[in-house]
Amino acid sequence: MNWQLLPQFLVTGLLTGGIYSLVALGLVLIYKSSQIFNFAQGHLLMFSAFITWSLMVQQGWPIWVAILGGATVAVLLGVLIERLALRPLIGQPILATIMMTLALSQIIQGVTILVFGGARQVFPEIFPLKPVIIPLGGDVRVVLKVALLWGFGLAMAGVAIFALFFRFTRVGLAMRAAAEDHQLAQSVGLKVRRIFAAAWAIAGVIGLVGGVIIGSISGVEPTLAGIGLKAFPAVLFGGLESIPGAIIGGLLIGVIENLVGGLPANQAIRATNPAEIAPYVILLLVLLFKPDGLFGLKRIERI
Amino acid sequence: MAAIRPAGDFDISYAHDMAVIRRPWQWAAAVGLVAFLFAVPAFSPPQFLDALNLIGIFLVSVQGLAILVGYTGQISLGQAAFMTVGAYASAVLTKYAGVPFWFALPLAGLGAGLVGLIFGLPSLRIKGFYLAMATLAAQFIIPWIFRGFWVATLGGATGIQEIPVPRLAGFAFDSEWGMYFIILVVAILTTIAMKNLARTRTGRAFVAIRDNDLAAEVLGINIVAYKLRAFFLSAFYAGLAGSLWAHYLRSINPEQLDLIDSVWMLGMVIVGGMGSALGPILGTVFIRLLRELVSTLTPNLNDMLPGLGANLAGLGPLVFGFALALFLVFEPHGLALAAVFPLAV
Repeated sequence: MNWQLLPQFLVTGLLTGGIYSLVALGLVLIYKSSQIFNFAQGHLLMFSAFITWSLMVQQGWPIWVAILGGATVAVLLGVLIERLALRPLIGQPILATIMMTLALSQIIQGVTILVFGGARQVFPEIFPLKPVIIPLGGDVRVVLKVALLWGFGLAMAGVAIFALFFRFTRVGLAMRAAAEDHQLAQSVGLKVRRIFAAAWAIAGVIGLVGGVIIGSISGVEPTLAGIGLKAFPAVLFGGLESIPGAIIGGLLIGVIENLVGGLPANQAIRATNPAEIAPYVILLLVLLFKPDGLFGLKRIERI
Repeated sequence: MAAIRPAGDFDISYAHDMAVIRRPWQWAAAVGLVAFLFAVPAFSPPQFLDALNLIGIFLVSVQGLAILVGYTGQISLGQAAFMTVGAYASAVLTKYAGVPFWFALPLAGLGAGLVGLIFGLPSLRIKGFYLAMATLAAQFIIPWIFRGFWVATLGGATGIQEIPVPRLAGFAFDSEWGMYFIILVVAILTTIAMKNLARTRTGRAFVAIRDNDLAAEVLGINIVAYKLRAFFLSAFYAGLAGSLWAHYLRSINPEQLDLIDSVWMLGMVIVGGMGSALGPILGTVFIRLLRELVSTLTPNLNDMLPGLGANLAGLGPLVFGFALALFLVFEPHGLALAAVFPLAV
């Protein structure tokens, strides 16, 4: 490795990790309230990015109005998914919910391609494209993309807000209670349905934020949904129940990906990018040695 | 679903209790069906046989997945990757090592099974979403290895072409109907094996683990050994299917079978219904036919709605997603139960 590039790799890793953290945050939010692992989170992100793009470019709305419009669609979509797809599955085994979110991912994928096509669409400039350059003395300097900085900042803000939200607000506490036991939560008067709907709506908005940030950097296309797959290792790394865990996991995955990408390696491995699978290798190791993730809850099972 | 049977059919001996085929008409139906399946190439066009062949290949793989998911209650998102392993193993053995297809087929199953064991290891400590994730890792790591390593042999991203045709006593199985017979025989054998598995100690241990793994362990079932066995069997089936796939298409590459195929196969298991040998058959046929239908209808739709054009590619995932979602909500036990209880739905 070219050591002068190390700070650059670290910073870029942290910043891309910020985006993974955002996606992971959406996953954890839904999991914490309804014990559903949302395989469609990446697709929600991609879809709301497309909606925002369409409002901005095809309809010519101003940026902030378009983003608000996208957020409205994301909220509606989240609520709709919860109401139509997942509520009928309450009480069904885990596999049913996994398959449902996978089915949703296919539906969203299909609708997106039908409506917007499979091509890559470029966002108008939202964040300044000119990068920020921080000199670190000598030849060493770090180049920062402004959009990634925003993503990082929003992810961190999101963490802080949600950490407080789950600890101190009634709704947040209700969400945690609902996650613990649907029936028990219902029996003490919590409106479990409304809680799930809220979780999906918030997750949709988080997806929108991530989608707009990535879209403004690299454009939006149906394969963007693959970012969800990157966030899965991040969530498991930190533990499915832990919001700080999701953030740390996301950042770690981002850093690891970038560091591995910069490692010297023999030609055979170089030919295919090892950064692609590094998160998954780490994921396997984590699962083998620390199955609950770094900050996840240890489940004690009884017969 | 062993309890569902015609009225008046009682078990009067242990052998009868264990029987798979209970009534004379069932014998007639089974023999008739097999005879019909063998006669199909006589009167069907190659295009139809092609669809049948793909159904057969996926059926074998889906049966493996059904053993893992339906019998044992473990979740795997890596079945397509294990198929890829089998396809590559078979291609390399026949093309470079000169092994006849007939030996390469079981060896491909074995190879995929061993890889399946490796990715099944996390199942000893984790389940549910965590396990889905671990097998998802297989889906990324395995194609990556095939892309980047031993490029001289495995061909990197372009894969292996001109895979030898299976031959037996001078006859080359290089047509749709030639491969049809091989695929049919393999599919029948795997169906019988799967049906019988449910009646063995192993199969019952699988079901016990699915229903309550802690209770199964307390009862003295070695869940470590049986979970690994389920992963091995599942990947073994996938390897067989992969081998058939390689010799049918005659060219393979690392990206041919990807995560979406794993998802589709899981969908076939769900749509068909879990925990029975009938389920995978119904599910695979249903979903594959749905897919064929969509790809046949797409040109017509293109004429009716000319504005959409290439966007119609989204129809496939959309229809599949909807079918799967509808089944999950309205018929979570799948087609197999609906077939047994046509009026109870």
